[in-house]
Amino acid sequence: MTTQVEYWRWTESRYTNPEVDWRKASTITAGIDVGSVSSKAAVMADNEILAYGLMRTGSNSPDSALNAINRAIEGTGLTMKDIKFIVGTGYGRINIPFAGKAITEIACHARGANYIWGPVVRTILDMGGQDCKAIHCDEKGKVTAFLMNDKCAAGTGRGMEVFADLLQVPITQVGEMSLQVDKEPPPVSSTCVVFAKSEGIGLLRQGWSKNMVLAAYCSAMAHRVVTLLERIGMEKEFVLTGGISKNIGVVSRLEKELGIQAVPLPKDQKFDPQLAGAIGGALFARDLLAKSRKAF
Amino acid sequence: MVTSIKKYQTRPLDSFKKAVELRKEYYQNVREAKQQGKLLITGGADSMVALPAGLGDYVFFEGEPYGATISMDPEFSGKCVEAAEAKNFARDMCAYMRNYWGSMFLNKYYFGGEFPKPDFVMQLGFCDTHAKWMQQVGEYMNAPYFGIDMPVGTPGRNVEAKVKYLTSQMNDAIEWMQKVTGRKYDDDKLREAVRNECKSSTLWSEIVCYNKAIPAPLEQRLIFTLFIICILRRYERKSVEFYETLRDEVKQRVADGIAAVATERCRLMDDSQPPWYFLQLYKYMEKYGVSVVGSHYSFFLGGSLEEMPDGSLGAPKTPDEMGMPMKTREDILRAYALWYIKKPIISQMFALPHFKSETMLRLVKEWKVNGVIFHLNRGCEGTAMGQMENRLALTKAGIPVMTYEGNMADRREFDEAQTLRRIDAFMESLGLSKLES
Repeated sequence: MTTQVEYWRWTESRYTNPEVDWRKASTITAGIDVGSVSSKAAVMADNEILAYGLMRTGSNSPDSALNAINRAIEGTGLTMKDIKFIVGTGYGRINIPFAGKAITEIACHARGANYIWGPVVRTILDMGGQDCKAIHCDEKGKVTAFLMNDKCAAGTGRGMEVFADLLQVPITQVGEMSLQVDKEPPPVSSTCVVFAKSEGIGLLRQGWSKNMVLAAYCSAMAHRVVTLLERIGMEKEFVLTGGISKNIGVVSRLEKELGIQAVPLPKDQKFDPQLAGAIGGALFARDLLAKSRKAF
Repeated sequence: MVTSIKKYQTRPLDSFKKAVELRKEYYQNVREAKQQGKLLITGGADSMVALPAGLGDYVFFEGEPYGATISMDPEFSGKCVEAAEAKNFARDMCAYMRNYWGSMFLNKYYFGGEFPKPDFVMQLGFCDTHAKWMQQVGEYMNAPYFGIDMPVGTPGRNVEAKVKYLTSQMNDAIEWMQKVTGRKYDDDKLREAVRNECKSSTLWSEIVCYNKAIPAPLEQRLIFTLFIICILRRYERKSVEFYETLRDEVKQRVADGIAAVATERCRLMDDSQPPWYFLQLYKYMEKYGVSVVGSHYSFFLGGSLEEMPDGSLGAPKTPDEMGMPMKTREDILRAYALWYIKKPIISQMFALPHFKSETMLRLVKEWKVNGVIFHLNRGCEGTAMGQMENRLALTKAGIPVMTYEGNMADRREFDEAQTLRRIDAFMESLGLSKLES
């Protein structure tokens, strides 16, 4: 029996903030973002992020959510009982039985981005597993407008995974490799991931290198989301969230096409931008808990 | 922007039943036209449906409402669009057309029996797809076809030339209809049908103006049920009587403060035809306390609005009310031509998006709308044209806008979960949460 390498598999991870002692906190809340590809949980102690877990989404949302929150609290001494309010977000948000409220990932990403990058953020591009969203927000992280890509997975994380498998390149190396080309090739089809894959196979047969094909796909992804940003009206204080925000091949091409740089992560920032939705959920959870306490 | 939660009084609309009954009767009339000794004519919903009236009793079988009706039945609609595609008609063509054609190719009328064979086909070419749609019907059904070309261009410009162009074609159509049916043409019957059509239209316009009231007496699902008579039967006296009764009822609802949505706390408009097979969309928004108070499409498909002396939008006058002569055939045709040239659905939606943007901004203001939802409709080239330009104009004016992709009559292109997800996000951005689960 042979073992097939799954090049699309990215590494699951977790993080605990060593500077935060949850035992001293008056409120512990969490946000769980069950996306189509990854499930993220962020745990907040008062106003600080205590821990997070980043896991692959399984076949059902409740298990994926539990998996993510368990991974986040692993080793912290926290138990689920200690978490006073949970907000569910993402594609599977309505199927998280232990969440007190479901809020859309659009609102959560805006809120999370505001927390990570500060009140300067006005435009957020969330490049997720199966869709992309261009979000406008105000200085408090409140959504003022949004647009989503249409129904195809081309230009999303899932599309990138398909290409990683096709070219047998680990997903984490796709971005770097796509930049190792002498000349930028024209982009492949961005209408449909299936067409893009067929085109990629054709290009390989024509003798293109893997790097060239990856460059053509990263370029297509960047171009597709530029259109989305142009439609919503771009403001230069923009940031990227979601898994694709970690792909330098897409991000650098996107910045080049837009003619502006994304706001960099703050120097002391330890949070993965893929966690923005979960962080936003945890912030909403904190506010909702405070509101319910006030009511009594 | 969003007011505090308040529950308005609500009650069912008496005229609703009558609208359903009239629609049902219409489709029976289509099926039984021949037995009733009536002519059966088919063509687009925006054809000059009063024109054949001079020939005597007739039923005008309109393509688009029939295509929309079919789309509400997933099984039959699936068979119809596949039957059209099997004849090599592309999937991205008008979805109404593919449903209608499929029904014709399968020789199955949705309301029972065989697909009704028309005596002739008459189409106003305001939408190029539709001109070819009906040409195909004529060829397939072996029925004579007459196409009237609709002049386009900037509203208010070259009006006389446009009138001349249309009336000359209408005169040709009358000659042609007499020839193909062997019937003599009666101008008195034409006059009556034109008067009915214009009156039905102005009554509908008057009714939608009552929806400026807070709370709105009607909401979009209800509007769709009510406006269809003004599409299907607007040349009949029954249509005028129906809208007179409805107008009085809606007026009374406003006086009594009766709401269509008891929890109305946010008023939205939408754009383009809805996904007809998923009108639950509006019910879903009601959970947030949203009343969709209308749209450019639902106001203007059957009606028209023009500026009143006080600067607000109101119902236009009929040719008789404007004092236009209606004595001779030329008088009637001139009045009828002018009526069509001014129709916003033709002059704005299908031709000049920036005019539509201006109208939408006025509708938003006068109907006190908090946001607009665009159905980016892949099923209709005409209504989809310029939608992004309209969206941009509203956004620039600071009006919250949401878009979702779909198809008015081909559910294969609609994603229910994704659409509801977008609505949830839009509601959140408007500061609304569900009042019920």
